[in-house]
Amino acid sequence: MHHFLFGIYPYIALTVLIFGSIARYESEPFTWKSSSSQLLRRRQLIIGSVLFHVGVLVIFFGHLIGLLTPIWVFDALGISHGAKQLLAVIAGGVAGVMALVGGGILFHRRWTDPRIRRTSSFADIGILALLLAQLVLGVGTIFVSLQHLDGHEMTRFMAWAQGIFTFDGQAASYIEDVALVFKLHLFLGLTIFLLFPFTRLVHMLSVPLRYLWRPGYQIVRSRRKTPAE
Amino acid sequence: MSHLLDRLNFLQSKELGRFANGHGQLTRENRDWEDTYRNRWRHDKIVRSTHGVNCTGSCSWKIYVKSGIVTWETQQTDYPRTRADLPNHEPRGCARGASYSWYLYSANRVKNPLIRGKLMKIWREMRKTMDPIAAWTKLQGDPILRASYVTSRGKGGFVRASWDEATEITAAANAYTARTYGPDRVFGFSPIPAMSMVSYAAGTRYLSLLGGTCMSFYDWYCDLPPASPMTWGEQTDVPESADWYNAGFLLIWGSNVPQTRTPDAHFYTEARYRGTKSAVICPDYSEAAKFGDVWLAPQQGTDAALAMAMGHVILREFHLDRQAEYFEDYCRKYTDLPMLVRMEEKDGRLVPGRFLRADDFDGKLGEDNNPEWKTIALDGTSGSYVAPNGSIGYRWGEDGEWNLEERAKGAETELKMSLVLDEDHDDVVGVDFPYFGGVATENFVRCDHPDVLTRNIPVKTVKLADGEAQVATVFDLFCANYGLDRGLGGDWVASDYGADIPYTPKWAEKITGVPADKIATVAREFALNAEKTNGKSMVILGAGLNHWYHMDMSYRGIINMLVMCGCIGQSGGGWSHYVGQEKLRPQTGWQPLAFALDWGRPPRHMNATSAWYAHTDQWRYETLSADEILSPTAPAGDWDASMIDYNIRAERMGWLPSAPQLKQNPLEVAKAAKEAGQEPRDYIAGKLKSGELDMSCEDPDAPENWPRNLFVWRSNLLGSSGKGHEYFLRHLLGTDNGVLGKDLGEEGRQKPKEARWHDAAPEGKLDLLVTIDFRMSTTAVYSDIVLPTASWYEKNDLNTSDMHPFIHPLQAAVDPAYESKSDWEIFKAIAKKFQEIVPGYLGQETDVVALPILHDTPAEIAQDQVRDWKKGECDLIPGKTAPNYIAVERDYTAIYDRFTALGPLMDEIGNGGKGIAWDTKVEVQHLRELNGVHRDGPAKGLARIDTDIDATEVILMLAPETNGEVAVKAWDQLSKATGREHRHLAEGQEHVKIRFRDIAAQPRKIISSPTWSGIESEEVCYNAGYTNVHELIPWRTLTGRQQLYQDHLWMRAFGEGFVSYRPPVDLKTITRDVQDAGDSLVLNFITPHQKWGIHSTYSDNLLMLTLNRGGPVVWISEVDAKKAGIEDNDWIEAYNVNGALTARAVVSQRMREGTVFMYHAQEKIVNTPGSEKTGLRGGIHNSVTRTVLKPTHMIGGYAQQSYGFNYYGTVGANRDEFVIVRKMKKVDWLDQEATGKEAAQ
Repeated sequence: MHHFLFGIYPYIALTVLIFGSIARYESEPFTWKSSSSQLLRRRQLIIGSVLFHVGVLVIFFGHLIGLLTPIWVFDALGISHGAKQLLAVIAGGVAGVMALVGGGILFHRRWTDPRIRRTSSFADIGILALLLAQLVLGVGTIFVSLQHLDGHEMTRFMAWAQGIFTFDGQAASYIEDVALVFKLHLFLGLTIFLLFPFTRLVHMLSVPLRYLWRPGYQIVRSRRKTPAE
Repeated sequence: MSHLLDRLNFLQSKELGRFANGHGQLTRENRDWEDTYRNRWRHDKIVRSTHGVNCTGSCSWKIYVKSGIVTWETQQTDYPRTRADLPNHEPRGCARGASYSWYLYSANRVKNPLIRGKLMKIWREMRKTMDPIAAWTKLQGDPILRASYVTSRGKGGFVRASWDEATEITAAANAYTARTYGPDRVFGFSPIPAMSMVSYAAGTRYLSLLGGTCMSFYDWYCDLPPASPMTWGEQTDVPESADWYNAGFLLIWGSNVPQTRTPDAHFYTEARYRGTKSAVICPDYSEAAKFGDVWLAPQQGTDAALAMAMGHVILREFHLDRQAEYFEDYCRKYTDLPMLVRMEEKDGRLVPGRFLRADDFDGKLGEDNNPEWKTIALDGTSGSYVAPNGSIGYRWGEDGEWNLEERAKGAETELKMSLVLDEDHDDVVGVDFPYFGGVATENFVRCDHPDVLTRNIPVKTVKLADGEAQVATVFDLFCANYGLDRGLGGDWVASDYGADIPYTPKWAEKITGVPADKIATVAREFALNAEKTNGKSMVILGAGLNHWYHMDMSYRGIINMLVMCGCIGQSGGGWSHYVGQEKLRPQTGWQPLAFALDWGRPPRHMNATSAWYAHTDQWRYETLSADEILSPTAPAGDWDASMIDYNIRAERMGWLPSAPQLKQNPLEVAKAAKEAGQEPRDYIAGKLKSGELDMSCEDPDAPENWPRNLFVWRSNLLGSSGKGHEYFLRHLLGTDNGVLGKDLGEEGRQKPKEARWHDAAPEGKLDLLVTIDFRMSTTAVYSDIVLPTASWYEKNDLNTSDMHPFIHPLQAAVDPAYESKSDWEIFKAIAKKFQEIVPGYLGQETDVVALPILHDTPAEIAQDQVRDWKKGECDLIPGKTAPNYIAVERDYTAIYDRFTALGPLMDEIGNGGKGIAWDTKVEVQHLRELNGVHRDGPAKGLARIDTDIDATEVILMLAPETNGEVAVKAWDQLSKATGREHRHLAEGQEHVKIRFRDIAAQPRKIISSPTWSGIESEEVCYNAGYTNVHELIPWRTLTGRQQLYQDHLWMRAFGEGFVSYRPPVDLKTITRDVQDAGDSLVLNFITPHQKWGIHSTYSDNLLMLTLNRGGPVVWISEVDAKKAGIEDNDWIEAYNVNGALTARAVVSQRMREGTVFMYHAQEKIVNTPGSEKTGLRGGIHNSVTRTVLKPTHMIGGYAQQSYGFNYYGTVGANRDEFVIVRKMKKVDWLDQEATGKEAAQ
């Protein structure tokens, strides 16, 4: 069971994530959107959304860097495991609380405003609830982490995560005896990956970053292939 | 190919170049996504059509079709251009029309024929052994079986049926009814032919071939202003909206132009840019109010007081203290103001009596032809009494003098308007005028002036055949009636606007709440503009005023202002009464098709108000008695009768039509006459006198006199116009109803004298109610059979309006969806089925049709005195002192053959309208060539009318408005009567013939025709009365002029010879019995037109529901809301003895305290909870109303006060009503599941 959940399920989740997203992008391009409800009500949205998004982005990239950077990079940089864990706990904790507060506001807004409630799909409410649950679990792990500050356990997660991406068949065994809250957090995270293509989360992949450095105020899309034609 | 792969171009630069100093960027990006939007708006075709919805808009629309589906609609922008300096007509169209395509594929669409399940079950059982007519006969003979489906009306249980079965039941019921009771027991109600002429004509053509009864609508809707036929002899003729632009002063009076004339409102805006001054008069802060330079907010229902005060100011400043030359000249030529009126004595006092007539003189002033119908004036040139040209006596029986030339007996005249100068009068006498300001209920301001006001009048003594008499001009009486002091002494006249004497501005301020100085200023500016521009002051008014019981008073008050200022008949001026889309421009071409005049004449027409009043038994609850509205100056007479009694007298004297007509079957009566060897006319006259035959009106509750079958098409009678909704449900339909009061018998009140009283009122008079609609309306829900009709984008038809001069089509953009058919095809199918099943029961029969004395026919001068044959006051002479009785041959075995062919009478008799007739042989031949002819059968050799387009061609070919050749013929015919040349109005267009395909290409302007009083030209906009003023064609009234004094006995008896202010009447619908303890908020119930629907249409449309509150609402003021603890959006209940309704409250500053608005006709099938008071679902706006008749509207046989279909007659007033409003304690949606037993049924 443990092997299935943490050795095989990650591949299922990632496969669905990748192919599901591609399939949706190809077949239902007009559903590829954030489904913003700002038009229905602005109140609560700005504060909630900013807190939530900033928090989640910090956590997301924190996890990405923290878990997938090979451990020797940290060693080479002279960052001790304990220090890294402390960094993770502090940065993650602050961001986690931000995201939790922001998400809570968003959930309250989505649940209580009758117009937003009526226009929300099951998936819209469900994914927000799952993200909130994941944030609670994530913040919950801090209390376990604080029991052992040597960073040893953290390296086991790094090994597992990197093991998954390097197709290490033993990856699941690295986290066999971690605390239950970690396992729940991992499982729920994988499940969110699995559900990703079926929800509004896909808007993550289309962040219009280019707008940040696009120079013009007026954009004319050409029908020509090259300027010379 | 792949969206993802296309985006994987990160290595390629997106930038192709920059421009605008680097602020613009040319990029290279995939643009395939744009095709989605391009395809979204791509379509296969655009078809021109419109919406047949009685909004007066008559806007041409582009209907877009994509893959065989109507997808959306947009406004057409190709109307013919107007002249230079005049804004164009487009854009025409509003949000409501733009949402219509929603209906085509909505869940509310009627998709198949539906039959009430209980009826269908019985029918199928019977049909196993019997033919259709025998089966229906058996079913109607069994009271238990009949009751089983009758009492389940409105309670669901429809079953899908085939066209064959649905038309078979319908035809069998019609045939049974015709055979058993008479064909006049088959009623049809369909309104406003102008919105889809062929669809209307389909049903009425079938009914007319059968001998059924076509119900009127314009009067029933209370959109008909009786003041118009009284003053002008004209139903309603108004300026087109473009003419607003030519006005110098626009007075908007009780009409919410932006909200209810949306496509025309731009002319109002444009007029304001041009510099036109505008005053808006309405009690609420309406959308129109903000257009005005000034907003006057009188108390609702007191407009007449305001108009009287304004008239007082205009007379004082422009006719008396200073004579405006234009006004005086206009009044002398075009009004009855110079005509002389005899003073009559009543109890030693003088009251204004009848117009002086040539007949009154010794030697009749040399007039042999109709001397009793030629009115008299004093000629200033010769100093003698003359009978000026143009009065109605000249119209009939002679040619050439019926015109408005200033002549009498060939000599030039200059009529005297006033006898006020000392040398002109012999005496100054006190004359009594009734005053009604003291009879107001506690909800309105009550004055303490006496009920009779005696004022001094200059009179001349004249020697007449029956002795000496005192006569006065209408003008002098008119000024006295307005309370103007002319230095003749006496009481009740004022020279000071601040005096508290009836009709001064100060007096009006007390009643209306509008400051006196504002009244005077608006009146002065209105008149001053008219003086400077020769009549370019205009009043736009509407149903807001016309729905009050005493609507004539406010209307005549306003009309008087316009006439005093010479505005009628002048472009940019006049009376713009906009209510429904009654202007059927090609009317005379349409009538033969619609009423089967090509096969038999006359058709059976009925004034619906009186019919519904009788047949829904609203008369059994009537609490308004004649003495409450009778004038204190009334001549002696038998006035103490109830409203239905007055109506019975009117029917008996041939004033109003009857339906049914005789208690006995007219087919049997004709047979009996034949056996007796008498003409039906003489036979019936004899038997009516002897009492062997009875008129149905005298006993509306006898089963022989019930309407048995009712067709409702193009209408939502029960969900919209049915005043006294709950009485319809109780008595006509016989199902669950919310009537909360008791009838006169139960209450122990005085019962009618002439109508027979049955202690037990009948419930469920109708055997069969058939509704034809494209949507499941409230009426459909209560029907026995619902037939699915084509929507407005699925049929071919014609559409016109009074707001613009164009004729344009409805067209089938797609075939009728599901199993629906066009109205034309539906009635064809019923006719065909009728023809199939009827042999053996009915064949070629003689029917006898009772015809009232009609306006615009020689008969209209039948009764210069009121005499009732039944009381022995005169002999019964059909067509003179009673209805005419005319034999009409019917062939029941050839109904379908006749329906689809243009019958022989068009060749034999020809066509005509409004008193003139012309030959149509040429047009009939053209139709044979255009539509083809029938090769055999009963219609052999006659032009075909198979399809709806064939039918449109009949209309277009026969109408002068769309066939220039006919127009020229018609003008020539009119020239014979007037002795003046009129042909120039159409001559240039003699070769113009508008065909259906022409208007499919572009809306076409119609051709000037004598049917209407305006002209189509390059110089002026269409404006009513234009030909009267500029061509000197008389108005079709007694005096031939705009008639401001009404001298009929009943008009004088009810105090309306001259206009006055009459407060709303007391309908007594808030009784101690009905009012629950604790409910104290009593409000005046006003039902104006809404923003998110047109009548009930669109009020069930999701798009429109989304824009408002998604269900029924009422509007109340913040003050009233607070009193009853009501907050915005609360559910409220409104009730009185008539019933109850539920709605949400809109609490708004817009509203005036004391009133509640419920926009009329919000469907009760959408979001309407149950009423706590009745325990039944909601109710509609008409659940709390009951209609009341007014005797003066029944007058007939008297020139312009003669009956015409939708032209004159009783109107369904409902605005004097009060309701109790309370917050609902518990909102019950009545949506619990059916019990097992109910489900099984």
